[in-house]
Amino acid sequence: MEPSRTNANKISPFLLVVIMTTLVLALAFIYMGFQAYLGDQFEDGSLNLTFGVVLLAVATYLLFQTKRRPAKVDIDSQPMNTTILCQKCGFKNIREFQRGDYVLKKMDDPCPKCNEKTLEISAIFREVKEKTKRTMFD
Amino acid sequence: MSILQQVLQLGFGQDSILGWILQIVFYAIFIVMIFYGQRIQMYIMIREVEGSLLKLKIMRDEARKIAITAINEIGKPQIDPTAQVDRFLEYFAISPVDLDPAGIIWRLEHLLDVQDTRFKDDIKLMAPQADDVQINNLEGTLGVALGLNVIYKVIRHFYLLGKKTLSLYIIMQVQMIMPLIMKEAKAYASAIKAFQMGQPIGDGAGALVAARLMHDYEKKKVEKDIVVAKVPIEGRTAFVLKAEGPGSNVGKPGEAIKQIMEQNEGKISLAILIDAGGKLEGEKTGEVAEGVGAIIGGPGVDKYKIEEIALKYKVPVLAIAIKEDLGDAISPMRKEIFDALDDAIDRIKRVVRERTKEGDLVIIAGIGNSSGIGQ
Repeated sequence: MEPSRTNANKISPFLLVVIMTTLVLALAFIYMGFQAYLGDQFEDGSLNLTFGVVLLAVATYLLFQTKRRPAKVDIDSQPMNTTILCQKCGFKNIREFQRGDYVLKKMDDPCPKCNEKTLEISAIFREVKEKTKRTMFD
Repeated sequence: MSILQQVLQLGFGQDSILGWILQIVFYAIFIVMIFYGQRIQMYIMIREVEGSLLKLKIMRDEARKIAITAINEIGKPQIDPTAQVDRFLEYFAISPVDLDPAGIIWRLEHLLDVQDTRFKDDIKLMAPQADDVQINNLEGTLGVALGLNVIYKVIRHFYLLGKKTLSLYIIMQVQMIMPLIMKEAKAYASAIKAFQMGQPIGDGAGALVAARLMHDYEKKKVEKDIVVAKVPIEGRTAFVLKAEGPGSNVGKPGEAIKQIMEQNEGKISLAILIDAGGKLEGEKTGEVAEGVGAIIGGPGVDKYKIEEIALKYKVPVLAIAIKEDLGDAISPMRKEIFDALDDAIDRIKRVVRERTKEGDLVIIAGIGNSSGIGQ
């Protein structure tokens, strides 16, 4: 298997030339548009301004494409909680997950409340905050 | 008029040569767009696919690294397991011939058994110090890494093929399906840590329900990696079964149900299967729903066996689904799924009361991966 290699930050010089040319053209058209408006040539002015704005949009789009952040992927373990419950007195403790925890595992430690060895892992879960907005169909 | 304005007027004015050149350039761009617009669009799509492919590659490499680290930590091998892991990640299975479908299930089952044995043997060689639970967890970890490797290689294949042939249709199909592929890959990526740490995953919802029901009752191991306990429920006797935990394991619930039904010669009144069910967009994670039929995923061997034996003894098979999407099913278990367990158990009890008489025998099968779930 070949080693990992990323080239997300490289920008092609050709693309840079294209972006710069488009940007210059866009600004020139916009300038010509304003000049035409000032000279009461509204038809030419509108046309040039339209060209200019379209080219400006293209240049901005291309610029954002090159400026894309390098790909980043997190495979970190998500925060997990372990709930420990005393089967006798109902004492409940929630702590971070530790390797070796599993649901229904009997714990060796005695319950801090009733001092009996009746502690058991009752749940292991992660909490997720939903980012989606509510819709009228919920 | 300032000097600057005068210079600009000279160069960019309406009637200047440069003005005309700009107009011609614009029309040239317009014409180019007519003939090459599709190709430009294709290059944009290729770039989008390239970005996603890069992410897939990072995920694949990271998963491989995690798998190697886990083997080194748990298995304490004498030699570097990297070459063995790389060999494992290229593993493939050829599905049985389906030109004559008769008997395909048994051939598929044999193939899956061979694959499982081969995986476990390879992992034992890679990680000689690992116990059975750790071997199951390592199998899950390597399985996820293998899955990510396959996803990456398939997408890379279509990306390179599209680039080579400049076929809009190949590139377009990959680009359109990419969000779904990325969602699946991200879920796989989060599953790898869960398996490595031995945490419960969403798919284990059914197994967890069964674990709660059979807890504190005597269990016996039956067909491959399945544990069964006889549990009194609402005046009936329930054979509650699940895959043996806490290692990553799904077992063969179909074979276990078949054996229980045959041993009791059709005296089983009802079989209830509980599993994580596919959630549609808009449905809430952890919603519980009831239905009929064998609710069980996988390649279909277990489903087939349950349907066959239920038909033979005319046993009604009911299903209880705990709703979650694919991402939640293979990533660490969410609180909503845990919270749904009590509702699922209440429904099981209600169904048992409503559909059977006191003293009847029922089967309650918790389907799913037992990673991080004891019994």
